[in-house]
Amino acid sequence: MEILLQTLQTFFGPAWPLVWTLLKIFGIILPLVLCVAYLTLAERKVIGWMQVRIGPNRVGPLGLLQPIADGLKLVFKEIVVPTKASTGLYFVGPAMAFATALAAWAVVPFSEGYVLANIDAGVLYLLAMTSIGIYGVIISGWASNSKYAFYGAMRSAAQMVSYEIAMGFALVCVLMVSASLNLSDIVHGQAKGAFAEMGLGFLSWNWLPLLPMFLVYLISGIAETNRAPFDVVEGESEIVAGHMVEYSGMAYALFFLGEYANMILVSVMTSIFFLGGWLSPVGFLPDSFVWLAGKTCFILFLFLWFRATFPRYRYDQIMRLGWKVFVPLCMFWLLFIGVWMMSPLNIWK
Amino acid sequence: MLENYFPVLVFIIVGIVFGCMPMVLGWLLAPHRPNAEKGSAYECGFEAFEEARLKFDVRYYLIAIIFILFDLEIAFLFPWAAIFKEIVGTPGVKLFGFVEMLVFLGILLIGYVYAWAKGALDWE
Repeated sequence: MEILLQTLQTFFGPAWPLVWTLLKIFGIILPLVLCVAYLTLAERKVIGWMQVRIGPNRVGPLGLLQPIADGLKLVFKEIVVPTKASTGLYFVGPAMAFATALAAWAVVPFSEGYVLANIDAGVLYLLAMTSIGIYGVIISGWASNSKYAFYGAMRSAAQMVSYEIAMGFALVCVLMVSASLNLSDIVHGQAKGAFAEMGLGFLSWNWLPLLPMFLVYLISGIAETNRAPFDVVEGESEIVAGHMVEYSGMAYALFFLGEYANMILVSVMTSIFFLGGWLSPVGFLPDSFVWLAGKTCFILFLFLWFRATFPRYRYDQIMRLGWKVFVPLCMFWLLFIGVWMMSPLNIWK
Repeated sequence: MLENYFPVLVFIIVGIVFGCMPMVLGWLLAPHRPNAEKGSAYECGFEAFEEARLKFDVRYYLIAIIFILFDLEIAFLFPWAAIFKEIVGTPGVKLFGFVEMLVFLGILLIGYVYAWAKGALDWE
């Protein structure tokens, strides 16, 4: 391995840092795209089992080739461009939705030291990328020049910005206790504490002292990605597919992939902010990437479980939950954490 | 310091390439046979009565305005939250640092209560 790296380094010469970065990026993106593909299968399987069905089982053994078949089918489908659409923006929308969902992964720490860009503004970068993702939705809804698409985009934008407030407040609480915007440092901060010294690391993670914020972040994450039960954006019975109604073929596939990539991103973020990232829950097991993957899978499973369980919220209920329940709750908890940290009982020294 | 951000830039560019590639692929591999029916906007089976870019509810606009206020507030809270541990650890500024933010939050809280009372947050 060492020798191989050295040979490559001499071969590329001054361009080596760029090539090495590109290799690392592909090392993140390719497994991610594969995860996205199989998350779609997992969703259909899990919901199938929850409804006492089998789920897809025809393509390949146990239906394992189903995502590949879906992808191939979409590649060969015509990309219909409505005559009234703004052609340029029409294609910018889906590209933007998917590109931002990918680009946010640049700062995700996978394990101790395994992070592409260990930047101190990691949290800000993440927030920026997820916010730009909203533009993809608005642009596509506007460019489609269709009523359904337009209303879907308006709903989606209003819902996403509303829950971004709650998400931001929850993050402020995390920042207060970890004193850093660097994602790796946020994980390191959770490795300390009275419980961690006793070998019960999972009680030292942020989810316990910040329990209401953990729930707010999780629920906001579901609303932010427009997943059930907050999926009025594409409520089939009201506005069909919302902002993607005019899209077909690969242009549609990009929205689909972007949504699932965002789901995985929100799950990883919840694991890092509140569930200790790659830290092991108990003292006698080593910290490793496996823990992060396990926590992420668990939260992804919650996403699917909620979709199979809860009926869809009404739009006014969604807005009320975001503005009238989460915002006051977050403000209160922020003050509570502030007072707690000022008091002698401060556990984050 | 700044070279830490280089991979981020490369990642964004790769992300954009990955965002455009599938559509180029679809454009090259898929058939392309437009016709008037296919190109018409999705409607309930008949010709659209009016343009899609019509007037929409002012409440979306209100939400956007309130969002900007709160998002800015959070942006201002971030640096304070990041050094709050330091504030708590320094006896001289401990109370001052906390009360300053209370004042800031308090002003916003008044605005929030006002918006609530005026019904800007209602969505019936």
